[in-house]
Amino acid sequence: MALFANPWPWYASGAAIGLTMLTLLFLGRRFGLSTNLKTLCALGGAGRWSSYFADGWRPHAWNLMFALGALLGGALMTLLGARERLIAISTGTTARLAELGISRNAGLMPDTLFGAQAFANPRAWALWITGGFLVGFGARWANGCTSGHGISGLSSLQKGSLFALLGFFGGGLFATHVLYPWMFS
Amino acid sequence: MKLVRFLVAGVVFGVIMVQSEAASWYRIHEMFLFESIHMYGLMGAAVAVGLMGVWAIRRYKLRDAAGNPIVIEGKDPSWRRNVFGGVAFGLGWGLIGACPGPLFVLSGMGYASAAVMLAAALAGAFVYGMVYKRLPH
Repeated sequence: MALFANPWPWYASGAAIGLTMLTLLFLGRRFGLSTNLKTLCALGGAGRWSSYFADGWRPHAWNLMFALGALLGGALMTLLGARERLIAISTGTTARLAELGISRNAGLMPDTLFGAQAFANPRAWALWITGGFLVGFGARWANGCTSGHGISGLSSLQKGSLFALLGFFGGGLFATHVLYPWMFS
Repeated sequence: MKLVRFLVAGVVFGVIMVQSEAASWYRIHEMFLFESIHMYGLMGAAVAVGLMGVWAIRRYKLRDAAGNPIVIEGKDPSWRRNVFGGVAFGLGWGLIGACPGPLFVLSGMGYASAAVMLAAALAGAFVYGMVYKRLPH
């Protein structure tokens, strides 16, 4: 299990993500996770409310299986101890977190914002609901997220994906440099 | 069942999202602070492999496992939906430090807050479906 005891270097895991996208192409499908948000709405009966969901869930059943697999892969990594590891962020990032009062703890997310204690924090709820909503709304508006535009789209040199990436970074920079300091200091 | 191979591919993807740390809020925040090469290198390597693969598929007219030609449909090149939708997505990505793939992975890892964020993302997709005709595309 040495392969899973520590995180992989970025060039190895980056290549693995590219290979995942190519594997799906060879299986006759297109790599993109945010379609599942639409498909899950369709599965819940959203087709009655809007023609946007009219193609239903059946053509996308394979992608729901892929998302379910991703969920199981996450569970597997928890069993292998991934939540007990500290992410090796830079000293500058660590200093910034201290300024904002955000914890640097083991696991993938800071407990102050996303851990069990955050459930008693209205500000954390506002963060989850607003951020989550924008991720879903924006990914469907742009017709793709980091996987569909960032990896699939750029790999086939799509002009639209380049615009989307510019938007992703513009939004993310504003959230990180303006909204976080405004909310947490 | 043919669907099982997508389940297996998904498990591999989930493991990669954790082992690459792309599913970590810390890495996303650090990326937007320009504090590390980690996420830029990661995406660069993924796109480099993707570009070479897509080039080979087109150059040698490769076929998929079922024997059909691999056709990569173009995405909508209009700047409006991509920039406006992209900024909305980016704001959310910067706020919660997770995009749709990692939201599934983190939920599976047992982070209860990720399940709340995933539910909010579903609400976002549903509302988009209700109002999309009135948005610029």
